[in-house]
Formats: sequence, C-alpha cells, structure tokens
Amino acid sequence: MADDLKTPLLDELEKGPWPSFVKDIKSLAGKKEMAKDLLRQLEKSYEDKRGYWKHGGLVGVMGYGGGVIGRYSALPEEFPGVSHFHTLRINQTSGWFYTADALREILNIWEEHGSGLLNVHGSTGDLVLLGTRTEELEPTFRALTEKGWDLGGSGSDLRTPSCCVGPGRCEYACYDTLSLAYNLTHAYQDELHRPMFNYKYKIKMSGCPNDCTAAIARSDMGIIGIWKDDIQVKPDAVAEYVDSGLDVQGLVVENCPTGCIELDGNEIKIDNSNCVKCMHCINVMPKALSPGKERGAAITLGAKAPIVEGALFGSVIIPFMKLEEPFEEVHDLIERIWEFWDEHGTNRERIGEFIERVSLATFLEGIGEKPLPQMIKAPRDNPYVFYEEYYAEEGEGEK
Amino acid sequence: MSFEFSGKTYETDDDGYLINLDDWNQDVAAYIAEQEGVEMTDAHWEVVNFLRTYYKEYSIAPAIKILIKEMKKMFGPEKGNSAYLYNLYPAGPALQACKIAGLPKPTGCV
Ligand code: HEM
Ligand code: HEM
Ligand code: SF4
Ligand code: SF4
Repeated sequence: MADDLKTPLLDELEKGPWPSFVKDIKSLAGKKEMAKDLLRQLEKSYEDKRGYWKHGGLVGVMGYGGGVIGRYSALPEEFPGVSHFHTLRINQTSGWFYTADALREILNIWEEHGSGLLNVHGSTGDLVLLGTRTEELEPTFRALTEKGWDLGGSGSDLRTPSCCVGPGRCEYACYDTLSLAYNLTHAYQDELHRPMFNYKYKIKMSGCPNDCTAAIARSDMGIIGIWKDDIQVKPDAVAEYVDSGLDVQGLVVENCPTGCIELDGNEIKIDNSNCVKCMHCINVMPKALSPGKERGAAITLGAKAPIVEGALFGSVIIPFMKLEEPFEEVHDLIERIWEFWDEHGTNRERIGEFIERVSLATFLEGIGEKPLPQMIKAPRDNPYVFYEEYYAEEGEGEK
Repeated sequence: MSFEFSGKTYETDDDGYLINLDDWNQDVAAYIAEQEGVEMTDAHWEVVNFLRTYYKEYSIAPAIKILIKEMKKMFGPEKGNSAYLYNLYPAGPALQACKIAGLPKPTGCV
C-alpha cells in the first residue's frame, strides 16, 4: 500500500467479512494518483463531516447531451488527482451478459483514460466508470465506440433501459425482457442521447412479479411480466413437496396474501380469480407451480425517489399487454405518454408527479386510455380516483 | 478571464462565456463560433437569434424542450428536433449555442 496514504477513518471500513470499497480503491492507489486523492479527499470529508464535491457542471462528448456526469473537487489544490472526477455511464448489455474479454476491454480503456474504478452495475443499470478528466472524455468515448460500446443516459432524457435476466436463465419470465430492452434501446437512441424531456424517464423490465429490477419502485415506467390465466400446477410435484416434509399449510397456504389456496391432503386448490399474482406460492414450490400460459406484462407508471414530492411507487396503467416482437404496441404507448407529458408537464416534473398534479383521469384521457378497475394503489384497496364525473360526461356524449 | 477581438477586450467567465450580454455582436459571435470549430450558417443564426430573443424576454435561457418546440413552430418539424440541433452544435445546443449567443453558461444537475 502507498505509504504516504494515511486514512485511519476509512481503514475502519476495511474491517469485517464484507466487501469494502476502501479495499477496492486502495488496490489501485499504488498505480493511480486519482485513486489516492479520492481516498484522501474522502478521509477529509469524514474528519470534517462534510462533502467536498462540487455539484454538476455540464460536460459531455460531441453529439451527445447525456452519458457523462460532471464532477469536480471543491479542493482541487489539495487533491489535484480528483480536481476533475467525471462519471461515464456505459450502456449495459441486456441482462448483463458479458464475456470476460469484453470486460477486460472496458478495464483496459478505463485504466488508460480514467481512474480505473468502476461501479458494476449502477442503480441505473449501466456500467458506471467513475472518475476522469474533461480532456479525457473524447478519447475515452472514441476508444469505447471503436469497440462497439456506447454511452448510456443521464440528465433529462430516456435513461438506459434496463431489464432482468429473464428467459436468459429464469423460468418465471413471462415475456422476453432481453429482447424488449434491446429493442427499446435501439428504437429510442435520440431520446437516450439527447436530453429533451421535462426530466428523466426510466424504463425497467422485469419478467415476472418478483420484479428483480425493482421496476415498481425505481422506474418511471415498469414493464412487469404477468399471466392472465391459472397458475400451472403439477399435482405429482405438489405431493412430493408434501411428502418431503415441506410445511405447505404453514409456508404456502397461510402466507398467501388473499387466502385463495387450499390444501387437501396431498392436493392444493387455487382459487385463481382471487390470486393477486404475488409469486409467493410459486417461489416456495418452484417445481410444482409456475406462472400461467397466457403471458404478457402489466405496465406501471410513476415510481421515483423523493425530490419534489415524496417517494412514489408505480401504479398500474395497463393491466395486461401481450409482448411480442416487434413490440409495436409498447412503442405506441410510450410515444403517447411522452407526447402528453412533453406538452403539459413542467420542467423537472417526473411522470408520477405529473399524473398526481393533473389527476389520473385527465392523464388517461390525454393518452387515450380508458379507466379500469386495476388502476388502484394496491390490490383490494379503494380506487383513489373517483370517476363519476368522467363517466357522466362520457355517458351523455354517447346518448 | 477575457479575450481580445478587433481591438476590444471581452470579459468572460472561466469557460469563455461572455459576462456582459451587451458586449455581443454578430462579429464576436462568429469569432467565438470559430474558436468552437462551428462554421455559422443561416441555420446556426436562427438558433442563436432565437436564444437571444428568448433571454431578453425571460432573463433565462430556454429549456431544450422549449427550444425544440419553438423551433418547430417557427421553422417546421425538420428543424424542431434534437438531432437537428446537435448536428448544428455538436457540443450541445445548450452549451455551445448559448456561448455563441453570448448568454451565461447553463448550469445543470447530474
Ligand atoms: C445542491 C446540491 C445537489 C443537488 C440539488 C442534487 C440534486 C440531485 C438530484 C435531483 C438527483 C436525481 C435524483 C433522482 O431522482 O434519482 C441527483 C442525483 C445524483 N447526485 Fe446529486 N445533488 C446535489 C449534490 C450532489 C453532490 C455534491 C454529489 C456528489 C459529489 C451528487 C451526486 C449525485 C449522484 C451520483 C446522483 C445519481 C444517483 C443515481 O442515479 O443513483 N449530488 N442529485
Ligand atoms: C461512502 C461512500 C459512498 C456511499 C455510501 C455511496 C452510496 C451510493 C448509493 C447508495 C448509490 C446508489 C447505488 C445503487 O443503487 O446502485 C450511489 C450511486 C452512485 N455513486 Fe456513490 N456512494 C459513495 C461514494 C461515492 C463516490 C466517492 C463517488 C464518486 C466520486 C460516487 C459516485 C456515485 C455514482 C456516479 C452513482 C450512480 C451510479 C449509477 O449511475 O447508477 N459514490 N452511491
Ligand atoms: S423478475 Fe422474475 S423473470 Fe426476471 S429474473 Fe426475477 S424472478 Fe426471473
Ligand atoms: S401467487 Fe400469491 S396470491 Fe396467487 S395464489 Fe400464489 S400466494 Fe396466493
């Protein structure tokens, strides 16, 4: 370890059995002044109990408005290694599949042009390359694009679409998340690279309600796999679980949130009309139960972290959509939403805040969708929008 | 910071954006554009002139979304889109066109 690096407070974070970002950054400190000064500045932050990063500053590469997050040290004389410390978001592959060679390619480029530090993957889904100087941005971008990589989104644009591993490994997938993420990324290159929205727009795709991308909480638009018909049951396999001593009554039947499963000896019966598709029973007995055969996705809108309004979960806007290539129905929906949000939304207003402001009824009318009973905050909850007026008006029109 | 052009000194911020809105004229705009590697055509001037008019009215540069919308209104959809604007100003309509238009540097979070 570099001898001239004294970071007693940070060193505390190397203790314990878990991974340590201090250990990681130190592994590069012998090689990179940037990594060393990053640790020094962070140590000072811990001593003084305040951050020493200046926020923002627009930096980017030619032709793109997004993909680079500008970051400067507030103490550039003391810590010249991090006077510039810009982040690059690199568009990840669908489902995060890489060859070792591809990752080595990224590492080599980044050790040459930046700090060598990566965050793989960030909450956005991208490969996050942490820390480079303004004058290195174009050369890094060139080196990356020569090898077929591209920047992801940042700022008020379409953020890099992100999906779960889906049918790549997981039998629960109700649609091909990998293809849809790839398809949307290519269809909306302009929206991804050249910010022109009111604010960010994140699309996350999960193949089933287990929602491994946390789309329900972390994406303006969540596309979450679901089925319409009955849960598929293999009676023999159920019997095997019971015989093997699994407490089906306690762990499955009694944990079903709507109490719609019955166990009768070695047999289970599911009242599918009352199933809310929480995945619990399927997760406990994957060999016996699986999602139905009529598969597609539910689409949610509006999740976000707290900025203007408090944190929001997404709520259902489309209860069920079949998802098959070339995914025209999804494109059509996305474009109607963007158009209405663009026309009537205000600067820095996320889609969820926008819907709260104008009301769901107005929003649905604006994008040309009909109100449905599924558009409620939680299953079996009261609808949070009242449609009397809406229906009265429509009824009168038809007469 | 500052620079000399045609015998006059122009005050700028650290990134080369003019401090005084009124220092601006077409010649110095063309000079700044040249430093940026942008060759000004009528299409470039349309954007710069719009930015200045907007700034005079609202004392703030328009959001990209508004710039695109207004361009669409004035010049039609083939000019009212972001690809067109990035084609004219590769470093971004916000950063580069504002600099040439003599407006302050746009700030931005994340
Ligand atoms: C006045 C100061 C700041 C303001 C107003 C601000 C505002 C914001 C906002 C609005 C977001 C988007 C949050 C979201 O909805 O996802 C954000 C994200 C972020 N900010 Fe700041 N920020 C400030 C200071 C900083 C500083 C000092 C740093 C670091 C040195 C920083 C690092 C980040 C990062 C890394 C993200 C992205 C997080 C992610 O995507 O997971 N911010 N900031
Ligand atoms: C103790 C130190 C730190 C903590 C606890 C912390 C915490 C976090 C958390 C919780 C997130 C969201 C992560 C996710 O869900 O993927 C985040 C994202 C991020 N952080 Fe940090 N962070 C730390 C240090 C830093 C430093 C030193 C930098 C750069 C100088 C940095 C840059 C970023 C960036 C760029 C993101 C966004 C990644 C993306 O695009 O998804 N963080 N950080
Ligand atoms: S969200 Fe569902 S389909 Fe996707 S990886 Fe998770 S469990 Fe599998
Ligand atoms: S998916 Fe959930 S709600 Fe449906 S039957 Fe299984 S446990 Fe009950």
